[in-house]
Amino acid sequence: MSAGRFWAVSFVVAAALLVLTRWQIQNEYFFFAGYVVLQYIVLATAWNILGGYTGYINFGTAAFFAVGAYTAVVLHKLTPVPVPVMIVAGGIVSGIIGLGMGYLTLRLKGVFFAIATLAMAIVAQTLIVNWDFVGGARGIYVIRPQHGPLVGGYIQYLYSLMLLLTWFSVAIARTIERSRLGLGLNAIRDDEQTAEAAGVPTLRLKLIATTVSGALMGMSGAPLPYYVTYLDPSSSFNLSYAVNSVAMPMIGGMTSWVGPIIGAVLLGTIQQVATVTISSALNLLIVGLLLIGFVIVAPNGIVGLVKPRHRARGGR
Amino acid sequence: MEISLDLLVNAIVAGLLLGGFYAAVTLGVTISFGMLDIVNIAHPAFIMLGSFITYAINSAFHLDPILIGVTMMPAFLVLGMAVYQIYYYAFERRGQESIQGLAFFFGLLFVGEVALILVFGVDYRFVEAAYIGPSLHFGFVELPLRMLVPFVVALAMVGLLQLFLGRSFIGRAILAVAQDRLALQLMAANPSRVKRIAFGISIATAALAGALLIIIQPVEPSIGRDYIGRIFAICVLGGMTSIPGMVAGAMLIGIAESITSTFYGPSWSPAVAFGFLLLALAVRPAGILGR
Amino acid sequence: MIAAGRQPLLTVGGLTKHFGGFVALEDIDLQVMPGERLGLIGPNGSGKSTFVNCLCGTLRHDGGTISFDGYRLDRVSAHQRTRRGLARSFQLPKPFRSLSLLDNLRIPLLYAVNARPGARLSAAAIEERSLQILGDVGLADKARQLPRDLTQVEMRKLELARALASAPRLLFADEAMAGLSPSEVEEILGLLFRLNDDGITIVLIEHIMRAVMSFSTRLVVLVAGRKIADGAPDEAIRNPEVERAYLGE
Repeated sequence: MSAGRFWAVSFVVAAALLVLTRWQIQNEYFFFAGYVVLQYIVLATAWNILGGYTGYINFGTAAFFAVGAYTAVVLHKLTPVPVPVMIVAGGIVSGIIGLGMGYLTLRLKGVFFAIATLAMAIVAQTLIVNWDFVGGARGIYVIRPQHGPLVGGYIQYLYSLMLLLTWFSVAIARTIERSRLGLGLNAIRDDEQTAEAAGVPTLRLKLIATTVSGALMGMSGAPLPYYVTYLDPSSSFNLSYAVNSVAMPMIGGMTSWVGPIIGAVLLGTIQQVATVTISSALNLLIVGLLLIGFVIVAPNGIVGLVKPRHRARGGR
Repeated sequence: MEISLDLLVNAIVAGLLLGGFYAAVTLGVTISFGMLDIVNIAHPAFIMLGSFITYAINSAFHLDPILIGVTMMPAFLVLGMAVYQIYYYAFERRGQESIQGLAFFFGLLFVGEVALILVFGVDYRFVEAAYIGPSLHFGFVELPLRMLVPFVVALAMVGLLQLFLGRSFIGRAILAVAQDRLALQLMAANPSRVKRIAFGISIATAALAGALLIIIQPVEPSIGRDYIGRIFAICVLGGMTSIPGMVAGAMLIGIAESITSTFYGPSWSPAVAFGFLLLALAVRPAGILGR
Repeated sequence: MIAAGRQPLLTVGGLTKHFGGFVALEDIDLQVMPGERLGLIGPNGSGKSTFVNCLCGTLRHDGGTISFDGYRLDRVSAHQRTRRGLARSFQLPKPFRSLSLLDNLRIPLLYAVNARPGARLSAAAIEERSLQILGDVGLADKARQLPRDLTQVEMRKLELARALASAPRLLFADEAMAGLSPSEVEEILGLLFRLNDDGITIVLIEHIMRAVMSFSTRLVVLVAGRKIADGAPDEAIRNPEVERAYLGE
């Protein structure tokens, strides 16, 4: 399926899903939980562009995600704008951070890069903790409006936005995957030195990957303040975002756009169910154990179990 | 803000004491990451485990924390060897160390923290010992015993290990593996057995480091995360494989954190080590070709 | 085939490279003429691979100048040098493991050839060219397989094919024959002769003396990071310093 057609078909699927769920489902809890699962699909998909396609493990997901959330907070305090605008703004700010982070750290060997991303997340968190305008360590309260701009409650509105964002990220991921860029990223992942010698502008491609990945993560974080109504650094920079955005693509499968979706839906749903039925700490334990288990037993994830390793690529 | 001399001197002294402790914390990673090329970012989890076991035994039986720490070391040695076995079978054998191995240890770090939360809860825990509380005074310089004692023990452990690596047969084998895996194989010594012992030793150091940590400050499970950056910052600053270098790096970070904390407030100290790390990584000339 | 009376393709002046205190390359001058078959030899550790790495941009050199086809390459990144027409095969073959042989060649075609000014190859043309090159090295029937299943000599051929796919003017064949049987060496050598006939300047870095002597029109000898001989193969080989380096005092 060509890129253009995929965008169209997937949009139709997303729109159908949206209409169906909003029309049929009355239970508000579904939209609360659905928002979280969709958010994780975006995070996992975004992470995989740099992690699965390019081979650079990012432990600093929280930085981009929380920066997106705090960008929304800043806008909320300065001048009220509609949430879609906040999403775009969050994407821009996080994208710039992704570019900057990439420029500083992408010259490092893979492992050092991963540690550096963790370092950036802590640095970002420390900066936010010491910034009183957005609440600092105490956090900040955000009033959630009663109704969405069209019909229905506000949570349904956020859910709808997140569904569209999910469509957008998945379409971007697949487009990259099947393009010349994706082939280049693949080469970088397999052997960066050889890729460079073969003519691939490795630094530039890696910067594109970090920027796109960071931007998408920031976009997924922007509606968060309205969702939680109380935002503080320790929850928005929570390491669980990092673990989940690593575990979901790894468990789902890192080589294809489908993997992060599978991983996010699976793990996200498990966690939503477990948080309600057991304790929330226990469900994080489950994620960690699943990650370790899959990494040992099925390194190619669920996609790898179903499909053989080799697949013909269509570079352009 | 005027910098008063005695405040500064005390900050530096406190930083030195802290640095000694940081050396104990980083020692294990210098072995596992610097020498063996195993990215054990779960090292802080083992330290926290050591801290909490120390708490549990200390609060139940009132034994001295350092005694507990030393007694735990053989058990942690075995634990480390077991973890290495899993790592070896799952990743090293298949040549997939980098991404999968990293994810493995990341998962381990996380599982460790959450397991501690489930067992001990999120409250701060502390130990009781005779030297927690009193301080020595030299003029205006204050030396809290709860920092001085771990400082001495930490440097003793580092010194002993350095001797061990240089003098004993196993120690020298470990250094050989660090330098040239191929040569070792040609000499018919099995590198993975040596690495297993070395990794076990690195985890054993975490046991004692954990005991020292809970002497210095009360602990709760998520503290481990702050140490990831510190540990790798010190390891990188120290030149990866050099233990003396690591100690120097530890002192540097300790002093920098102490001064930052004294004059700018403690909420900035997590960023200090990470900031150093980023600087060190940015400035390293090796870049993409490795260290 | 060497054309007469023209500019050198590659000019290296005073090239120096050190790793910390260790001097790997010291003040190396070299000119490579278009169409030449240059042999580069030297004992282990003499700096041959470091030299190639510096010329191709994998390593940054510390001193001296490199000019290719009139352009200074000193600060140019490795992928840019490939686009300009320098190519190399690696001593230890490092194919793209998760890509088919066909896709392995697509990379340089997409990123080196198509990045040059002028007509860009369409997707169909790229696939065709890729298959053609694989055919030239005798790997056409494995085009859609992964590199994992290749034999040693097939891996070497893939390395060369990938370097070829970037349509180079100058090819560094870095120990492309190490560990191969005599007949396999002949295969690779034959391939290199054919490439040279097609107009590609080749620098052969090798330990297998027989191959180097039969292949080279000129021989350069590196010992301990310095060039100690540069000339016709028979003469260069008889240079007393070269004998000393190989046979010891």
